[in-house]
Amino acid sequence: MLQTVLGIAVIVLAGTGGEIAVSHAMKQVGEVTSFRPAALARTIVRAARIGWMWIGVALMALAFFALLAVLSWSPVSFAVPATALSYAVGAVGARFLLGEQVSGARWLGVTLVCLGVALVWMG
Amino acid sequence: MSSSRSLHTKTFVLIVLVVLLSSIGNVLLSVGMKRVGAIDAWSVDALARVFLDTFTNPFIWLGIGSLLAFFICYLALLSWADYSFVTPVSAIGYAVVPLLGWALLGESVSDLRWSGIACICGGVLLISRTPPSTTGPS
Repeated sequence: MLQTVLGIAVIVLAGTGGEIAVSHAMKQVGEVTSFRPAALARTIVRAARIGWMWIGVALMALAFFALLAVLSWSPVSFAVPATALSYAVGAVGARFLLGEQVSGARWLGVTLVCLGVALVWMG
Repeated sequence: MSSSRSLHTKTFVLIVLVVLLSSIGNVLLSVGMKRVGAIDAWSVDALARVFLDTFTNPFIWLGIGSLLAFFICYLALLSWADYSFVTPVSAIGYAVVPLLGWALLGESVSDLRWSGIACICGGVLLISRTPPSTTGPS
């Protein structure tokens, strides 16, 4: 029980942090306009030169190992919906770490997600 | 006009791929980890054995392959679509994964859990209807 809570917490925190870092890096790389192998390879090389990409990938790897651990204990129909908590973490992080405005509708959505995760947990 | 429509189609196709590949990937990882067994010992020896069992399991590698393909599609999508647009839409996976778990793996999902999943999707929909840029003047 405690280890599942810890596992979900690591998935949510490291996963969200990793995605924000990777998103930040990809905006510096620029829009992907061609899917030819040579162009994709150039994009990957460019992405690998950006520090945020490595921080993001490391955090996502940590989230991945935590997911494997949680999946060894719980059914996937529990584990994956529980990770929806990342929406709450995202909104709280955007508001209090980045100083972004978070609208009332968005807070309501975040509240619904949290309620849903609580129901999934009890179910 | 036509280029904005082709961007729209490109975005739609990639969102479908992102949802399917990530959901199937998670289900495959789950099958793999159930075969490895519950991680219940934290000594270096026990963890090394779990690590070996995990990364010699074919389902884990199929799952990783699926998630890798997901990741490439996801990165491509993020290069032109905003993070705050992509995450809510790709979150349909929160309903697809339990559906696959129930249909393919025979997991029993209680009514309470389905209602929780419905709440999660409703919340995500509400978040996705909110304008993505929230830092400008209102």
